[in-house]
Amino acid sequence: MKILTLTLTLFLLTHSAVAQDAADALRSSMADKNFVTLERIDRDALQELCSKPRTAAIDPEAAASIRQAALESVPEPGNADYLGDWARGEAIASNGRGLQYSDNPDQANGGNCYACHQLDPDELAYGTLGPSLAGYGARGQSPAMLQYTWAKLWNTHAYNVCSHMPRFGAAGILTEQQLRDVMAFLFAPESPVNRNLTP
Amino acid sequence: MRRFSNTILTGLPMLLWALSALADTDGVFDEYRAMFGDENPAIFVIDEGEELWLTAAGPKAVTLENCDLGLGPGVVEGAYAQLPRYFQDAQRVQDLESRLEYCMIHLQGRSAADIHARPYSLRGDLGTEMEALVAWIAEQSRGLPIAPGQAHVQERNAYALGESLFYYRAGPHDFSCATCHGQSGKRIRLQALPDLTGHDGAAEAYSSWPAYRISQGLVRTMGWRMRDCFRQQRMPELIMGSEASVALQTYLAVNAAGAAMAAPGLKR
Repeated sequence: MKILTLTLTLFLLTHSAVAQDAADALRSSMADKNFVTLERIDRDALQELCSKPRTAAIDPEAAASIRQAALESVPEPGNADYLGDWARGEAIASNGRGLQYSDNPDQANGGNCYACHQLDPDELAYGTLGPSLAGYGARGQSPAMLQYTWAKLWNTHAYNVCSHMPRFGAAGILTEQQLRDVMAFLFAPESPVNRNLTP
Repeated sequence: MRRFSNTILTGLPMLLWALSALADTDGVFDEYRAMFGDENPAIFVIDEGEELWLTAAGPKAVTLENCDLGLGPGVVEGAYAQLPRYFQDAQRVQDLESRLEYCMIHLQGRSAADIHARPYSLRGDLGTEMEALVAWIAEQSRGLPIAPGQAHVQERNAYALGESLFYYRAGPHDFSCATCHGQSGKRIRLQALPDLTGHDGAAEAYSSWPAYRISQGLVRTMGWRMRDCFRQQRMPELIMGSEASVALQTYLAVNAAGAAMAAPGLKR
C-alpha cells in the first residue's frame, strides 16, 4: 500500500512537472502577434484537466464538478427566446474567421460549425470531427431540447466533459444573438438543415 | 508460376492506385497533383538552396559548407532524416531550422535578429533563404528512413515535452494539436486529417515536409507547419527553432521513425 501511494505520488509529481514544463516551454517559444498575446498560454482548470488523450481516464470527481459548474453558468437567452434568424445562423456556421492573429479583430467571429459537423445535407464540404447534425430539428422542438442545445453551444462541458468542441458562449467566441441565429439554423423547419432532407 | 507473379507485379500498381484514390479525400488537389506527375515545382527551390549553401555570407563572408548537420561538417546527404537530435556544441536538441540558425551565427557571424526577421515567406513572397536551404537539405534524405536521435536524455526529454505539448489545450477555443490530429479517419471540411499519435499518420505527415504548397506557390517547412497549426489553434506566434517547435517535431519524427523520407512533398 505504501509503495502504491509512493508510486502514485511520484507519478503525479512527474506528470505535473511535465505539464509545467509545457507551459514554460510555450512561453519561451512564442511571441505576441497582433492582438494575440502570451496570456493565451495560461490554462483554466478545465483546459488543464482535458489536456490528455481521448482514451485517458478523467478523475470522476473533477469531471462532476466541472460539469456542474458549466451547467450552472449557462444563462437563459433574453425573453427565453432561443431562436433567431436561420439565414444569419447559416452564415455563422460557414464562417471560420475569428480570434486567429491573422484575422481582423473588428469583424464578427464565425462559428465554423462546418469544419466539424454535417448540417445542410446539400453542403458537401463538411468535416467529420463531430457528429452529423443534418435534420437536427427533427430530433424534437420541446423546451427541454432547446435548453439542452443552447447549453451545448454555450458550454459543451455541461454535458460532455473534455469534449473537443469550443465553449462558444462561455468563452465569448459568439454573442448571444449569434448563438440564437445558430439555434434557428439548427431548429427552424425552413432551415436547409431540416428542409433538404431526402425522404 | 512465373506467369502468375508477372500478373501480380503488373496488377500491383493498379491496386495501389485504386486504394490510394479511395483513401484520399483531397479531391481536386489530387487531380492537380497527378498533372504534375513526378515533377514538383520545388525543384527550382532545391537548386536555389544548394546555391545558397555554397554562397559566402555574413560578416565572416563564409559559406555553410562546414556546417555540421549531425553527420559531420559538410555532410548533407542523409542528415535531415536523423533530425531532430542533440548537438554537443549547442547543448540542446535541434531541428534543421535551429541547426541552420546555429551555423549562420557561429560560422557566418550573423545575428539571430537578422535570421528571425523573416524565416518564412509571407503571402506573395518568392521564398526565403531558410525555405530554400531546408528544401535542398531535406531532398538529400529522400528514400532514407526517418531516424531521429533518442539515445541522449535531452532527446528523450524533447519527445516527452513534445507529447505533452501535443495534448496541451488552451486559447479561446480550447484547442490542442490532438483536437484535429488525435483520431484516424477524420477530416476538417474536406481536408483529411492524419492521426499524428500513431506511426502511419505521423509517417505520412512527417515524411512529406518540407512541401511545395500549390495554393501558396511556395515551399513550406515543418517549422512553418507547426507555427501555422498554432495560428489555427488561436495561439500566439511560434518562434522558428524554439524549444516547443523542436519538441513537437521530435514527437512527430519519433512516431514516424522507420518510414522513408519523401520530401519535398506536393500539397494542396
